Amino acid sequence: MDFGPHLLLASLEGAVGAAVLALTALGLSLVFGVMRIVNVAHGAFFMLGAIVAWWVADALDAGSALNFLAALIIAPLAAGAVALVAERTILRRLNYNPESTIVATIGLLYVIEQVALMTYGPDARPVEAPWDFRVQLPWFGYSGYKLMVIAASIAVMLAVWWGLTRTRIGLMMRATQFDRETARAFAIPVDKVYGGVFAFGAMLAALGAVLVVPIQQAHYLMGNDPLLLSFIVVIVGGLGSLRGTVLAAVIIGMSDGIISVFFTPTLAKIIATLVVAMILVIRPKGLFGTQSA
Amino acid sequence: MSRGSFNKAAALHLSAVGVLFALHFILPDYHHGNLARIMVLASFAMAYNISFGYTGLLSLGHAMFFAAGLYTAGLMAQFAGLGAAGGIILGLAAGFALAVAVGCLALRTTGVAFMIVTLMFAQAAFLTIFYFGEYTRGDEGFIIPSLQRHLFGLSLAEPAVRYFVALTLFALCVAVSYGVARSSLGRVFAAIRENEERTRMLGYNVFLYKLAALAISGAMAGAAGAAYGLLFGYVGSTFASIQYSIFPLLWVLMGGAATVLGPFAGTLLMFYLVDISSAFTTANMLIVGLALIGLILFFPKGILGTLRERVAPWLP
Repeated sequence: MDFGPHLLLASLEGAVGAAVLALTALGLSLVFGVMRIVNVAHGAFFMLGAIVAWWVADALDAGSALNFLAALIIAPLAAGAVALVAERTILRRLNYNPESTIVATIGLLYVIEQVALMTYGPDARPVEAPWDFRVQLPWFGYSGYKLMVIAASIAVMLAVWWGLTRTRIGLMMRATQFDRETARAFAIPVDKVYGGVFAFGAMLAALGAVLVVPIQQAHYLMGNDPLLLSFIVVIVGGLGSLRGTVLAAVIIGMSDGIISVFFTPTLAKIIATLVVAMILVIRPKGLFGTQSA
Repeated sequence: MSRGSFNKAAALHLSAVGVLFALHFILPDYHHGNLARIMVLASFAMAYNISFGYTGLLSLGHAMFFAAGLYTAGLMAQFAGLGAAGGIILGLAAGFALAVAVGCLALRTTGVAFMIVTLMFAQAAFLTIFYFGEYTRGDEGFIIPSLQRHLFGLSLAEPAVRYFVALTLFALCVAVSYGVARSSLGRVFAAIRENEERTRMLGYNVFLYKLAALAISGAMAGAAGAAYGLLFGYVGSTFASIQYSIFPLLWVLMGGAATVLGPFAGTLLMFYLVDISSAFTTANMLIVGLALIGLILFFPKGILGTLRERVAPWLP
């Protein structure tokens, strides 16, 4: 293949990665922005989404399109429910102390991973894509499903943006983020907002995972890479800035896709991690951030 | 603090080391080997305690200091034929140097950003081990040749020698921790942990003190890493992974942050918890995870921290 089409293919692959990454990172960013806590178990919720998707498809067995649709609804709900229980029983009792929460969510990560290993097993299993057609470009054919992933991710992000800026619940969330005490004084149920935001963040991660299982198989350790990448995205974008998160996800997802086509992955990862560390050292607020970490 | 409590605390720590010395003659082989391992890991935990417990620096990257010592000693033994004494000294120096370098950058941040920066540096260190896979053999790791595993002519593969080297390292780390906790340096560390702004206002150079805490911690972790490699003969990338940054946090939390013997109590308990549970389940990490959640919920001060609060306020 010539360089031009090769680059196009790499960019398309990068865009698919960026679309999933943006959804996952958006969940992490929302939780950090509103609740001011770092959720280390975010990758575990991602993995949970993928595994539940496989279970649903396996149990339903009603054709690939219907299986996928059912998974798309049930998996985020399941992950959201687990997150809600964890939030109510653990995080709330810690009073959202940032350092205690990190320790507790590390524990949660281990628990979810081990339970997945004990029930789902160590194998990687795929979920069939809902349809199977290829978009024929002049140089190569490209999976129509992957294009749909990009479209779906954009649609969800627009919906989240609309929800945050145009609805009453979104207003409550923004008020809580802005000033917890004042929000409470204005009779906003801050406690419930926290529970809802934590569950919603997990649901976004699970949704990203359901979109990714037809491309990449479900595995009990699959959450680690998205967790690290989401961290990077949220930090580079600026802690608490959703716009920054989405922008950073696009930049990092695209360049990750393109770099890994042209360079050795280990060196690229080393440089990327060091760059992120240095960005935080020089600008602790991140690139577009308004609040300090 | 009265003179009596000073003597009581000193006596307690001396007798703890004494009991460990005596256990050498009593314990059956299996537990004897375990205890040697626990003492080296507890030294790593005590290193973590200096920065996290006393100074309040929650680092998520201490595995890199441990691994710096481990790999320095291991690679020098493998490729330069360096013996154990030199390996431990170089390992300590490597941990110290890396801690100073990382500290100079990472200490410009605080709180969550500090955790993430240390995590990122540790991740970069972990990946570097893979990048030089030709020498480090990555995941698989390598065995340190037994010829190099000698200290003053004694083979470290010998259980008794191994136990006493581990005990010596452990006793030194207890002495350093005890010294830091009792010194004016330790007071400044605690002041920074309790209120950084106020400490700065009192005229202390907070950055330098935090760097000092991290450097002491890194040097101890490096020495523990080097000793671990030389005593047990294996060097692998697992020891640089995120897990080994989480473990010292877990051990310190369990035993009690900012107590001298807490890290040892935590390591001992956790080691046997995993050891006993692995007899009937393979899900060790489930136990670790539940322990972390349970601890932070119900015993945020750990075993010795709770003891100090309720029974023995003189515990350093």
